[in-house]
Amino acid sequence: MILTLVGVSYGTLDASARRARGIGADIFVRPPGSSTISLSSAPMSEKVIKVLGAMPGVTLSTGTIIQGIGGFDTIQGVDFPTIDKMASVWRKPGDPEPPDAKAGGFKFLSGGPLKDEDDIIVDEFYARQKKLKPGDTIKLINHDWHVAGVYEAGKLARMLVRKDTLQRLTGSEDHISAIYLKLADPAQSDAFVETLKQKLNPGDPEHGYMIYTVEDFTSQLTVNSIPMLKDFIYVVIAVATVVGFIVVFMAMYTAVLERTREIGILKAVGAGPGYILNILFRETLLIAIFGTLFGIVLTYGTQWLMAHAVPASLVQETVYGWWGIAACIAIFGALLGTIVPAMRAVKQDATEALSYE
Amino acid sequence: MSDQQSSAIQTVAFQNLEPLPAPVACPPIIQVRELRKIFRVGEVDVEALQGVNLDVARGEFLSIVGTSGSGKSTLFNILGGLTPPTSGTVTINGKDLANMTDVQRNELRKHTVGFVFQKYNLLPTLTAEQNIQIVRDVAGRPITFDDRFKEVLQMLGIDKRLHHKPRALSGGEQQRVAIARAIVNGPAILLADEPTGNLDSKNSDIVLNLLRDLNKRLGQTILMITHNPEAAAYGDRTVHMRDGKLI
Repeated sequence: MILTLVGVSYGTLDASARRARGIGADIFVRPPGSSTISLSSAPMSEKVIKVLGAMPGVTLSTGTIIQGIGGFDTIQGVDFPTIDKMASVWRKPGDPEPPDAKAGGFKFLSGGPLKDEDDIIVDEFYARQKKLKPGDTIKLINHDWHVAGVYEAGKLARMLVRKDTLQRLTGSEDHISAIYLKLADPAQSDAFVETLKQKLNPGDPEHGYMIYTVEDFTSQLTVNSIPMLKDFIYVVIAVATVVGFIVVFMAMYTAVLERTREIGILKAVGAGPGYILNILFRETLLIAIFGTLFGIVLTYGTQWLMAHAVPASLVQETVYGWWGIAACIAIFGALLGTIVPAMRAVKQDATEALSYE
Repeated sequence: MSDQQSSAIQTVAFQNLEPLPAPVACPPIIQVRELRKIFRVGEVDVEALQGVNLDVARGEFLSIVGTSGSGKSTLFNILGGLTPPTSGTVTINGKDLANMTDVQRNELRKHTVGFVFQKYNLLPTLTAEQNIQIVRDVAGRPITFDDRFKEVLQMLGIDKRLHHKPRALSGGEQQRVAIARAIVNGPAILLADEPTGNLDSKNSDIVLNLLRDLNKRLGQTILMITHNPEAAAYGDRTVHMRDGKLI
């Protein structure tokens, strides 16, 4: 349970980071007061796109509008030709340009790009989860959308529609949720962020518009940098630990009860408390280790299940670093859960134990 | 010859004889004095043993016969150090049980006293061999059997059944494994509580003959508790118990 929850937390955030990197922007600009994972509406004026796009060193600028549709899912309104162009020349600062850079950012597995105002394009995972194909109709935010294409995952969001349509449907005409900038020289990203902070947040560069390089932004998409998620995971781990402890405790208590007669036999042949405790603790340790291994195998099962049943909603990663932590929790809980029944077994009168049926 | 003359001759004759050596005093291996055991059942005190006195000589095969509730199993548990007496003294091999710590009582069960129970009490998850070996392990001895013990296993007729778990053995075989387990550490005393209680007459005969053989060949002191007078007849001596007393 612990490994699955941690895996989903890491996996979902990593998937978000991959999608953020996948559109090829160098700079992200978000409205004042927004957080890294906020599903914001559209508080920024669209005019800011042009202002920022006119700054020296900026080769492309575009804005998107984000609308939550329940759960973790969002639909994003984009200026498709611009975002496609931006995604086509993605590179990290210092990296050589990829060989297929000119091939175009969005790769359509079926269908094609957004054209009509009711068009929607979805990534392969969302298409698989919802069994969508070009030509289908899907109802989202109380509107019927026509599926125009299915694209290779890893670009901005799982569902993209035309920006103007989404603005109209959400009553946010001329407003956007985020701005993406592409620079002529990505190596200047950090310096550009500082310049932009001075320009957009005069007097207090660290407050106001949220401006990140793509590297900063994706590095913030981690469990530790999102306080609520971190707390959530800790609470879940605590609950899992308590539940695990109770389960192990009850299992061991029952096991000792069932073996009362066996313990009586051991006492009758001269086994002391040390010998009996040694047997019980060795068994517990073995159960905990096998339980942990079984749990690890199960996480691959849940990973497979999520990848096939809800590929667009939840992504689970294998977080190897947590294997040891989960094992420690399991072993500690199991040993702690064994102490009480073990002590009871040791103190029990041998004649009572031998008459136990 | 008058009586006076005869007496005088006898006196002279005895004076000419060398004095006999004093008889070797061999203290009993089990000595029980004024043994009492009171159980608290709910709010009622039940006196299971009411001042039992008993001496068992080294190498003796003693049968204790009594009806259910006569206190014979309580006596068995106290002699094995499984439960403490309320009062009285029990000396096993010269050591007073009352003054023993738990550790010493464990040592007593490891090395001096072996048990055979009516219900066999074999560990169900272990094979016959492992059931015997674990007793060696508890006593801190190597778990391999020496040639002498292998002969005992042959004598018990279980040498070919050692790799079977208890559920695959007949009642008689299980009881013979239990006997092997009880003697594997070479205890001086073997306590057997109704060893034939769960067996048919054929297997009962086998087990009783084996106990008598062990007594004769290995010189082990055996205390057998039974309610069956025919089984008791295998012993050298039989004592009867009733209402917590030896009669």
